[in-house]
Amino acid sequence: MAIKTSSFRSKYRAATDFMVTGLAITATILVVVPLVAIFVYLLLKGASSLNLDFFLKNPVPEGESGGGMANAIVGSGVLLGIASLIGVPIGIGAGIYLAEFGRGTKLANAVRFTADTLNGVPSIVMGLAAYSLIVIPQQHFSALSGGVALGIMMIPTVARTTEEMLLMVPNMIREAALGLGLSNWRSVLSISVKTASPGIITGCMLAFARVAGETAPLIFTALGNAFWSVNPDREIEALPLQIWVYATGPYEDQHRLAWAGALVLIVLIVLAVSLVRYVTSRGVLKGAS
Amino acid sequence: MGVGIEVTNLNAWYGSNHTLQDINLKIPANHATALIGPSGCGKSTFVRCLNRMHETNPIARVTGTVRIGDMDIYNDAQPVEIRRRVGMVFQRPNPFPTMSIYDNVASGLKLNGYKNKRSLDEIVERSLKNSALWDEVKDDLRSKSGASLSGGQQQRLCIARALAVDPEVLLMDEPASALDPVSTSKIEDLIFQLKSQYTIVIVTHNMQQAARVAEETGFFLNGRMVEFASTHKIFTNPSDKRTEDYITGRFG
Repeated sequence: MAIKTSSFRSKYRAATDFMVTGLAITATILVVVPLVAIFVYLLLKGASSLNLDFFLKNPVPEGESGGGMANAIVGSGVLLGIASLIGVPIGIGAGIYLAEFGRGTKLANAVRFTADTLNGVPSIVMGLAAYSLIVIPQQHFSALSGGVALGIMMIPTVARTTEEMLLMVPNMIREAALGLGLSNWRSVLSISVKTASPGIITGCMLAFARVAGETAPLIFTALGNAFWSVNPDREIEALPLQIWVYATGPYEDQHRLAWAGALVLIVLIVLAVSLVRYVTSRGVLKGAS
Repeated sequence: MGVGIEVTNLNAWYGSNHTLQDINLKIPANHATALIGPSGCGKSTFVRCLNRMHETNPIARVTGTVRIGDMDIYNDAQPVEIRRRVGMVFQRPNPFPTMSIYDNVASGLKLNGYKNKRSLDEIVERSLKNSALWDEVKDDLRSKSGASLSGGQQQRLCIARALAVDPEVLLMDEPASALDPVSTSKIEDLIFQLKSQYTIVIVTHNMQQAARVAEETGFFLNGRMVEFASTHKIFTNPSDKRTEDYITGRFG
């Protein structure tokens, strides 16, 4: 027997379907528009000031034209390198503890709560912490202190995504590993973490991209440096710092360089994230989930 | 070669739930032994006590003695050691999703530090042949993920993975319940062949399956073992009224 549908009900259903689809599409557009708008605006404002000098030369004294941000680009690289060396291993380690070893323990709950709180701490406070812990005892600003501030900021994001991704690994995969006579730590590292690794890498990339654009924690740690420096023990320039200084300065030339700097910063972050994704996605097998 | 299993006064708990009560039985070497019973009767818990998987759950507890061959598994050995001698195949196929077919089979050896590449190749081939999967996967050993296979193939991959560590006992917890009839009959044929080399304990909801593959059958009910005898006797002339009611479909 065929089911009779009243035409009103089927029209109503079609209308609802249309509306919900429409809302979802609108929301998607609202997400994409600001991103595209910012990028297009940066291209319009900054692309014209980009030339080889921008990547190869250090800043020139105020009032002179020309110069570039070579020291800031490399400085940002040094700072983010230090930050990743601190944030990624500690964050992943903490996430593994939360998901695999400490499930349900008081310590794990305390660590999880601390990580969430740390995630909400304003970035300038991180800068102050690094300032009082490293800069004051050493009595000088340094790339190291800036990197530590950024690294600590990465920890909660990395730890919590690692935990979430590990919790998504089905328990039967762990049982399979234990059933083969693997020790617990071996099963965690070679099976659970490996299975969750695409998600964990995404978490690391999110944390990386977030701190790459941070200015506030660097103000009284890395400080900025008009000259070439890659020494972690000295003041160092960073792209966000340089953009901030130039954008708030009085000179038209500096404003243009600031726009170019912002463009380069975004492109470099996208490149770094894509590169890591490409490198880590090689060797993924057909049909692997 | 397989070894016999002797279980004495085995009790198991999940939290305050007494899931296994005073189990005593002897499972002969190189036989297939089927465990039947309604859901929740304790048969899965029982096989999980035979390789100490039960205690991986923090609220679980076990008392009693289990001897596998000459080893008292709760007193003489570490769980890791036992699980290498007592392989397990689970209800749902659970290949490692990020690993190739080859690495899935080799995982138990490789991750325990086994390095000899040439003999690893041989072991992988032999295990896949023993699990009747070799011909279907030999061309994609390293290029395809274990997760890309069909459900029945995945389960045979899991059997190969368990065989590769060269256990003496193979525990199978409803190995065919998630599979279609064709795959199920392949797994049953496999059990038939494998018992010349291993002692097999298989949990099943399918009584025909028990009748087809097993020499002995145990009937579990509410955490107790009601009857343990030759499969023929259980299905034709059970001595306990409850066993008879169950196999004739009056409950469960």
